Amino acid sequence: MSAPNKSYDPVEVSALKPEALDRARDAALAAIAAAADLDALKQVRLAHAGDRSPLALANREIGALPPAGRAEAGKRIGAARGAVSQALKKRQAELEEERDQRVLAEEAVDVTLPWDRAPRGGRHPLTTLQERMVDVFVSMGFEVAEGPEVEAEWFNFDALNFPPDHPARSMQDTFFVESEETGLVLRTHTSPMQVRSLLTRDLPVYVVGPGRTFRTDELDATHSPVFHQLEGLAVDEGLTMADLRGGVDAFVAGMFGPGLVTRMRPSYFPFTEPSAEVDMQCFVCRGASVEPGAGPCRTCSSEGWIELGGCGMVNPRVLVACGIDPDRYSGWAFGLGVERTLMFRHGVEDMHDMVEGDVRFTLPFGMEI
Amino acid sequence: MRAPLSWLREYAELPADVTGRDLAAELIDAGLEVETVERAGADVRGPLVVGEVLEIEELTGFKKPIRYCRVDVGDANGTGEPQNIVCGATNFAVGDKIVAILPGGALPGGFEIGARKTYGKLSEGMICSVRELGIGDDHEGILVLPGDAEVGADAIELLGVRDDVLDIAVTPDRGYCLSIRGVAREAAIAYGVPFRDPAAVELPTGEGPGHPVAIADPSACDRIVLREVRGLAADARSPLWMRVRLHRAGMRSVSLAVDVTNYLMLELGQPLHAFDAAKVSGQITVRRAAAGERLETLDHVKRELHPEDVLITDETGPLSLAGTMGGLATEIDDASTAMVIEAAHFDEIAVARMARRHKLHSEASYRFERGVDRELPRYAAYRAARLLAELGGAEIVPGESSAESPVAAAAIPLAPDYPDRVAGVAYGRETVVRRLEQVGCAVAADGDALAVTPPSWRPDLTDPADLAEEVIRLEGYSAIPSRAPRPAAGQGLTPVQRLRRRVGRALAGAGYVEAINFPFAAEKDWDALQLPAGDPRRRALRLANPLSEDEPLLRTTLLPGLLKTLARNAGRGFGDLALFERGVVFRPDAGADGSVEVTATPRPPVDRGPSAGEVASLNAALPDQPERVAVVLAGEREPSGWWGRGRPATWADAIEAARTVAREAGVELRVAADRHEPWHPGRCAALYLGDELVGHAGELHPRTIKAYGLPPRTCAMELELRRLGEPAAPRAPHVSTYPVATQDVALTVGADVPAAEVEAALRDGAGELLESVRLFDVYTGEQVGEGHRSLAYTLRFRAADRTLTAEESGAARDAAVAAAAERTGAVLRGA
Repeated sequence: MSAPNKSYDPVEVSALKPEALDRARDAALAAIAAAADLDALKQVRLAHAGDRSPLALANREIGALPPAGRAEAGKRIGAARGAVSQALKKRQAELEEERDQRVLAEEAVDVTLPWDRAPRGGRHPLTTLQERMVDVFVSMGFEVAEGPEVEAEWFNFDALNFPPDHPARSMQDTFFVESEETGLVLRTHTSPMQVRSLLTRDLPVYVVGPGRTFRTDELDATHSPVFHQLEGLAVDEGLTMADLRGGVDAFVAGMFGPGLVTRMRPSYFPFTEPSAEVDMQCFVCRGASVEPGAGPCRTCSSEGWIELGGCGMVNPRVLVACGIDPDRYSGWAFGLGVERTLMFRHGVEDMHDMVEGDVRFTLPFGMEI
Repeated sequence: MRAPLSWLREYAELPADVTGRDLAAELIDAGLEVETVERAGADVRGPLVVGEVLEIEELTGFKKPIRYCRVDVGDANGTGEPQNIVCGATNFAVGDKIVAILPGGALPGGFEIGARKTYGKLSEGMICSVRELGIGDDHEGILVLPGDAEVGADAIELLGVRDDVLDIAVTPDRGYCLSIRGVAREAAIAYGVPFRDPAAVELPTGEGPGHPVAIADPSACDRIVLREVRGLAADARSPLWMRVRLHRAGMRSVSLAVDVTNYLMLELGQPLHAFDAAKVSGQITVRRAAAGERLETLDHVKRELHPEDVLITDETGPLSLAGTMGGLATEIDDASTAMVIEAAHFDEIAVARMARRHKLHSEASYRFERGVDRELPRYAAYRAARLLAELGGAEIVPGESSAESPVAAAAIPLAPDYPDRVAGVAYGRETVVRRLEQVGCAVAADGDALAVTPPSWRPDLTDPADLAEEVIRLEGYSAIPSRAPRPAAGQGLTPVQRLRRRVGRALAGAGYVEAINFPFAAEKDWDALQLPAGDPRRRALRLANPLSEDEPLLRTTLLPGLLKTLARNAGRGFGDLALFERGVVFRPDAGADGSVEVTATPRPPVDRGPSAGEVASLNAALPDQPERVAVVLAGEREPSGWWGRGRPATWADAIEAARTVAREAGVELRVAADRHEPWHPGRCAALYLGDELVGHAGELHPRTIKAYGLPPRTCAMELELRRLGEPAAPRAPHVSTYPVATQDVALTVGADVPAAEVEAALRDGAGELLESVRLFDVYTGEQVGEGHRSLAYTLRFRAADRTLTAEESGAARDAAVAAAAERTGAVLRGA
């Protein structure tokens, strides 16, 4: 818009006549309505709303009017231009909508096409199950113990109250590192981590020790020479079998859900006294499959109970071997097999599946279990 | 231990309606691992009766002799008329008492009996063998009963055809339960019924000594008892009831003398040995073996004896391996009529070692290892003599020889509330005393405390904790309440433990599938990996007793296991594979000659805690067991599909896997070309963190691929996790909102100049303004000339506090190019 004009030019003022304005406005509106697409509308906009359009030129003439007429002329021109501008905006929106409809329709694809381009990975269920079990203990405030797979017999046996030549040693079919005189074995259980924890940590000790263990069992559907165990150990003042049971119950609730009954049967492990085997109520049928007429339960073979693991009160001799005063401290330990747990918790039927590394077995377990 | 219910009932007055399964449940609660309850004969159905053979008609014209018999079965058939039965056995005569099953009956295994036509005759039943009755293995002929068997009597009851047999896995602490005596005692306690001790027999008095005997080494044996019998009838056979019990218990009937010793071992738990008295010369002595001594044992093995072996000897030398196996020379045979019965108490450890040394695990050694009642030998020996007298017509030679060294019974001091404190249950002193007395302990008051003397059959009871267990198990574990754990707040996982999980998730996220392989390996793996002689990975620990001689070593690298798993998957039709494994490898020290050096680990005593020095030397004796991560991949990394061609897995993916792992540890790896087996010499990258080598990655050597039968161009990466360090908490970067200035440069370099060096030079030269460098093109061809290639990079510059001027970014680019020029001979193209 030009600056207000001080010198009037009466010749050009005809553009501001009402009839001329109406004509220009009507012509513009008609052109807008006739614009078939966005390109046409662009041309219309240049012609009827651009700098050289009649209405724009008329607008420039306002300054040339005598001051008394300016207000009224300005009002009229403003109304005309407003109507054109609104029509343009509206038509623009209509045409854009039309274009979008068309283009989006053209861009449609078959979304059912497969797109398995990214390779899928997965973690081994023994790893993730072990982590999950560890997490249950960690949530109770336990820390995670560690220990070597090739272990000194002193840790694997002696300190755990397996006297030399005691039959309990031969119960655990042991892999010896050549030669046997070296006193090195592939650890037969995760319990050496109990000793290591008690030797290196300050009391009280609450640890969970997961790990790989070894026994000279041939691989078959239910045995493997290489397998995984996990055990919790608590050594504190005043611990009793009630705490042991409470620890086991808390683990069962954390892993399998609340409200499952556990039971203990007396058993024997050199490193615990008293010792027990632990069963838990079947988490699937909750014991119902035992009732006459009930459907069979595949998880517990309709026994109603599932063998969970072994446990007991830490044998005071183990505490002594770790330099702990058994008159002041007592402890409990609870351990279970990871493979066995995977078998009954997830319906794995054959040990071979867990050791062969077939990707079809592992992939469905994903990242967590 | 297989314990027939009928045998247990003889000594424990169990209620009549108790079944094997009932008893098993009670014994399980008391701590015996009853594995199975075999319901022998449960499917047997009468009429199964004693019959007398009245007539035998030999049928001819058949391939084997067939007899058509008339058998008197009393009123068992409802008519009282003789029964006509066809029989293929010939070991009986008219007048013999036999066992017949009549039509409508069923034998073990659901074998239904009906009247049927056979060999041209109607057979109304069957005359049974011992095996058919399920009470033994004998199938040489039919069972002929003693003449006093009553015709028509129910044979099921008479012969014990039905019985429940409990199979108990006896734990090493309960050696006393390797006997009917021990199991019956537990059964009686469980039901609160009287127990009669099968060892409680009155011994003859005033006999004087018998066959001379001595103990030369009291550390090997603290008691030996001998008894002699003579005049044993040569044709004496074990009675059926004894053979049935032996069979139920899982032992074979051999001869009366052997059966009697086995029977008493099963009943009492006391292993016995019978020597042919005619083959024994002079005094019997228990001693250790002398150097060079030999003995041929009953299993016909000639054994070199070890100076620690414990022997029963006579004046001529070794007779038997004490408590383990008899010698062949003094074996009882058909002609034996006089025998010396030996019952002794041998040292548990001595027998255990002997059994292990000679790989000779017998019923006797099994029991001695687990502790035999020291008070049994006199009673067991006497009972053996008596049984031989009763069943074999033998005469008991008066006189009992016995040698022994005194063993003081040690009382265990026990605070009366100790079981309460272990269990978390208030039992009270009275219950504690009652339960301990029930298992046979003598309990005396010692001030406020108790002095508990365990019975001779419970050598496992040595500590207050053992006594507490007895009280707690008998009171029932079900009485123990549950108290929620209340540990102090823990600190969660350590950084390394978290890293392990992160690495697993990151690799799985990148498309790798985890495998957990056995850590076993073989020499041929090192060959397959093309490892040169002297490569430290050939220095592997060897197992003394591997499961398979094919894989006697412990892995020194994760690759063999992963490659075999890859090949297995490929063999099952999956060619596009990416696998990973995280685990330890075993890297023993090298001796002076480069071979594995393993030092003997110390064995500190366990009656105190080890010193810090002892723990250190224990740990020092262990081989290094570093944790590693490895990947293997083959086939297409990105699959082909309707979208077009996929992308094969390459050396670069393997290296990227290492970077994925390193990223989780918060570190950046440096890559350099290397030659390292088992990788392709031109496609092998060494991975460094700073100057430390952490691993290798690339494409495998074609020979390794061939050796393992892998898909072509299989790639692999292996690195040592601990060399990445502990991940540190990341620091937040400063994010500049000023505009970026982008500069592209194309550099011509020698073809053998590694791209990583060019990039490093660009980075160093560009200085702090550089935000990123990205190689976007590699070109070889005429325009850059032979022996050269062009590397085109995009450099992005940005300042933290201002918009860069064209001069600033240009100067930074020039500096970058100058550094590349200086360090790698790069020439800016188009300059």
